[in-house]
Amino acid sequence: MEAAVEPGNLAGVRHIILVLSGKGGVGKSTISTELALALRHAGKKVGILDVDLCGPSIPHMLKVQGQAVHQCDGGWVPVFVDQAQSISLMSVGFLLEKPDEAVVWRGPKKNALIKQFVSDVAWGQLDYLVVDTPPGTSDEHMAAVDALRPFSPLGALVVTTPQAVSVGDVRRELTFCRKVGLRVIGIVENMSGFVCPHCAECTNVFSRGGGEELARHAGVPFLGSVPLDPKLTRSLEEGRDFIQEFPSSPAFPALSSIAEKILNETPI
Amino acid sequence: MEEVPHDCPGTGSAQAGRGASCQGCPNQRLCASGAGAAPDPAIEEIKEKMKSVKHKILVLSGKGGVGKSTFSAHLAHGLAADENTQVALLDIDICGPSIPKIMGLEGEQVHQSGSGWSPVFLEDNLGVMSVGFLLSSPDDAVIWRGPKKNGMIKQFLRDVDWGEVDYLIVDTPPGTSDEHLSAVQYLAAAHIDGAVIITTPQEVSLQDVRKEISFCRKVKLPVLGVVENMSSFVCPRCQKESQIFPPTTGGAEVMCQDLQVPLLGRVPLDPRIGKSCDKGQSFFVEAPDSPAALAYRSIIQSKCSGIQDFCSLRQPKGEDRVSA
Repeated sequence: MEAAVEPGNLAGVRHIILVLSGKGGVGKSTISTELALALRHAGKKVGILDVDLCGPSIPHMLKVQGQAVHQCDGGWVPVFVDQAQSISLMSVGFLLEKPDEAVVWRGPKKNALIKQFVSDVAWGQLDYLVVDTPPGTSDEHMAAVDALRPFSPLGALVVTTPQAVSVGDVRRELTFCRKVGLRVIGIVENMSGFVCPHCAECTNVFSRGGGEELARHAGVPFLGSVPLDPKLTRSLEEGRDFIQEFPSSPAFPALSSIAEKILNETPI
Repeated sequence: MEEVPHDCPGTGSAQAGRGASCQGCPNQRLCASGAGAAPDPAIEEIKEKMKSVKHKILVLSGKGGVGKSTFSAHLAHGLAADENTQVALLDIDICGPSIPKIMGLEGEQVHQSGSGWSPVFLEDNLGVMSVGFLLSSPDDAVIWRGPKKNGMIKQFLRDVDWGEVDYLIVDTPPGTSDEHLSAVQYLAAAHIDGAVIITTPQEVSLQDVRKEISFCRKVKLPVLGVVENMSSFVCPRCQKESQIFPPTTGGAEVMCQDLQVPLLGRVPLDPRIGKSCDKGQSFFVEAPDSPAALAYRSIIQSKCSGIQDFCSLRQPKGEDRVSA
């Protein structure tokens, strides 16, 4: 522990993964949450840092909204999601008095809070820290990448939906990664198809295949497609542990295989 | 200025930069110097410029990917269906401009004329402006922090030669930050009719949308109403309806009742909408009689509760039509 104090609060964190997407609503927070749950099932200790300051969704998804952050000698204590304390979370959602309050901040204030999130949260020992970001390529992203650079993050998971409009934004996000020198672990295509609960017909609500094509075009790994599953949305809505409850869901194999690819990349 | 935290003394007050809550604020020095109190001269210039624009509508949502740009584009198409109505569509999503793609204008460039930047015209009565027209390749990322984005928005409002316009529709990025504050501030003197707020039915989205409505109230922007997008999904094979994004907390309807804002309508999720956006075609042309197209049309045109009627009831003074 003596050595851990020296380089700050991230010293006990083995691997840092950023979850990015140029487009909003493609499932960054969903994928971040599910990835954390999947890694946890593999016996890892996971932290989630939510740097979406204007629209934090993860506290709700993990059903810990309304919890408060406490202060200790080492800094802010993250909120633990489960009894075993295997998933911890830090989000601006915990700092708001009212859940509907809008965080109407311009860039410099957002940057300052992100810096604080990176330096002042007492994560303790973690195998993985998943950093969930807002859409775009602006203040929050630059601040997070700058602040995390000394801790050499493993890379970025880029989330997209299959339609061309979304893929366009993600191409710009890949350019961002290249410009700031952040490795792309791979592309995840979310919400690929919808399996009708009445007749099991799979419809490509947002068309299909865009993510894979983009990965090929950009020369980055394609990690898999996660199909739309209303059970998944519902379980996240209600803040239940999706991975534990729905191993039979069509989305499940996709998620665990993505987690496995990351685990294989980072032998501990 | 209303975007500040509640304990901020305000940039115009005597306490600016000197209060206890100013400690540690990045703007402390600027405020203390008094520079914050002087309004940006661009606000007046924009007011002048906007005299030829009758109605200004902002399309907002706290959440991303709920269909702001799709809605903005179809609002523009719907209003421009009347060839006597001049419509302008401005995309201020600087980091993720999707309007050029959705309008089928990808690869178009903006031209400079004596009276400013010329918008790209899709029809004679439908002009479009987006940062996408200023990029040289679709891979170009606009990696800008707040001040640069604000400068771009200022330029869009002040330096684009829109001409005589009936409706200016402003499509925004998700959130409640720089772009939104700038649009509202720069247009403050020019009078904005109001904001249309887009959401999807699930709580994760509604929770961000409540924040957006609280933003509107903070900056005194009237809320024209809420559109619930992706309300239900009709399976193309068995025609049965199901919910992809279940409204576990009552959806937009309950939220609108709680917050006392009008619900303008619900648009079902139709896979053809996404496809027509990818192709850059109007969904009104692609599937004119589909339930989704009818829903869009009713939101725009329906008597009394539609966006068009809302705006005409709020004609700026001096242009009031003579009533019987």
